[in-house]
Amino acid sequence: MRVVLAEDLFLLRDGLVRMLEAYGFEIVAAVESGPELDAALARSRPDVAVVDVRLPPTHTDEGLQCALRARRARPGLPVLVLSQHVEQLYARELLADGSGGVGYLLKDRVFDADQFVDAVRRVAAGGTAMDPQVIQQLLSRRAGDGRPLDGLTPREREVLELMAQGRSNAAIAGQLVVTERAIAKHTSNIFAKLGLEVSDDDNRRVLAVLAHLDRDR
Amino acid sequence: MNTDTKSDVVRDRIREVVLAAVRGLVLALVMLPLSILCLVLSLVSIAFVPLGLGILTTPAVLDGVRRFADVRRRLSQEWCGMPIRSSYRPVPEDASPWTRTVVLLSDPATWRDLRWLAVDMTAGYVTALLPAVLLFYPFEGFAVAAGLWRVLADGHTYWYGFVPVTDQPSALGAAATAVVLLLAAYRLTPRLLTAHFRLTRALLGGGREELTERVRVLTETRRDAVDTSAAELRRIERDLHDGAQARLVAMGMDLGTIEMLLDKDPAQARRLLSQARRNSVEALEELRDLVRGIHPPVLAERGLGDAVRALALRLPVPTEVTVELSGRADAPVESAAYFAVSEVLTNAVKHSGADRIWADLLHADGMLRVTVTDNGRGGATVAAGTGLAGIERRLGTFDGVLAVSSPAGGPTLVTMEIPCALS
Repeated sequence: MRVVLAEDLFLLRDGLVRMLEAYGFEIVAAVESGPELDAALARSRPDVAVVDVRLPPTHTDEGLQCALRARRARPGLPVLVLSQHVEQLYARELLADGSGGVGYLLKDRVFDADQFVDAVRRVAAGGTAMDPQVIQQLLSRRAGDGRPLDGLTPREREVLELMAQGRSNAAIAGQLVVTERAIAKHTSNIFAKLGLEVSDDDNRRVLAVLAHLDRDR
Repeated sequence: MNTDTKSDVVRDRIREVVLAAVRGLVLALVMLPLSILCLVLSLVSIAFVPLGLGILTTPAVLDGVRRFADVRRRLSQEWCGMPIRSSYRPVPEDASPWTRTVVLLSDPATWRDLRWLAVDMTAGYVTALLPAVLLFYPFEGFAVAAGLWRVLADGHTYWYGFVPVTDQPSALGAAATAVVLLLAAYRLTPRLLTAHFRLTRALLGGGREELTERVRVLTETRRDAVDTSAAELRRIERDLHDGAQARLVAMGMDLGTIEMLLDKDPAQARRLLSQARRNSVEALEELRDLVRGIHPPVLAERGLGDAVRALALRLPVPTEVTVELSGRADAPVESAAYFAVSEVLTNAVKHSGADRIWADLLHADGMLRVTVTDNGRGGATVAAGTGLAGIERRLGTFDGVLAVSSPAGGPTLVTMEIPCALS
């Protein structure tokens, strides 16, 4: 799998390259600034781009802007955005085009290499990988409102959280150490309680959940 | 074309001259009695202070004097484009007459007003009347020449200015003088009115006291700013010391133990490893929170508008944010505004009981204006010691102001204004 990597801190870039290569990815470009990233994305048509939000020369949200630009030029281009902090605002912008293949994770998530690589693969395959922090903010907000999530059992809430991060039923089952059948039952309960359409597509599932959580604000 | 513009210039000039003369006349006729009245009342009232009666009348009289002076300041701005600043010390709204009298009498601006009144009814009167005289007196000269001299000089000498009029030729001499006067009026009238307002400004303008007051305010706000930032530094140091730093130390110790245990007790080593990783995650989380407290990342990346939007997304109460900013303010202003908004929003969430909040950010006329409204129960005040007073002090560093309208029963409306330019 061909990866374009953009990260301005040498140590992190180096670490990411070594880690991704260890998991069998092919790094076609590892760049350190916005303009270089633009060029690399246009030139090498990667399977997935892993991009730091903050990049030179502006040291603002250059990386995010590059990613959004590249996805406008090539809809559905898988992009995984990494950041020192996660903001719903940015998550929304990434999910806005609804074409999937996006991820938005805290940089710390690389501590768990297996899960991180899983997220990269998921995004490359057109799925989503949203940071638990974003999801938790959304869920706690809704819970604070005391509206739609009230009807969920604690277990269902746990499943919803993992689902909203972009995990498949199989992955959720693995994480919670139950059978996939049990998860399927939970998810259909959740969908019923939240009034969402059932869909097999992982990516649409997440978008549906997020859209629901996002409603009426 | 050329002649057109020339006649335009002349027409404009004539308008200007007539306007200046009329304004001068108004100043002289309307203001003279008022000036005399103000001065006499003030002096009498102040003289009666020792008798006690003055304590009751002085605040009212001096208030009137200030209003009168403010009218003149406004006229100076409107008629001559010459702003005159006032620098009265604030008088407490609900103070006793005695306190008010003391505050008023100890304000140098009060004595400056009285001095001005004395000059205004003499030199000020003359400089205001002159433009009118220069313009209107010549018309009498023309009337005299046209035949009026027969009535006026009936049997004796009529003086038009310095010209003795006794017959038609001398009346024509009066007309010639009138022409000269008219020419002088054409050249001088607006300038004379300007001279009048210069005089007013020299006496009424807040010269040194104003600067002194400004220095006092700046000194105060600087001290506040230094205090706040010193406290902030202490908080950061403590947070680092007790949080991230301690966790990293613990992690280092764990790693050392792991190194030792690796062969002897792999199971225990694995347990410690996961603990070390948890520590590193928590250290990062603490650092992240700390960074957000110093300078929120979205603020650095996107500026005030999006930072407030991002903030609103994290609030447990649905918050609508409207932003009309054409650029970014200086980083310190942005930061101050952000933390002020953040604190106001937090207050609204915590204390107002509102289920809906609106935040509006707007930049117009060199002012950043932020309004936070909620539909809660109201009753918020800027009394000393509350969070709102803290915000007010912080905004003061940037000459910003805070206004709160929060009647019991709500809604609460907090407005903040900071003078700044966007780039």
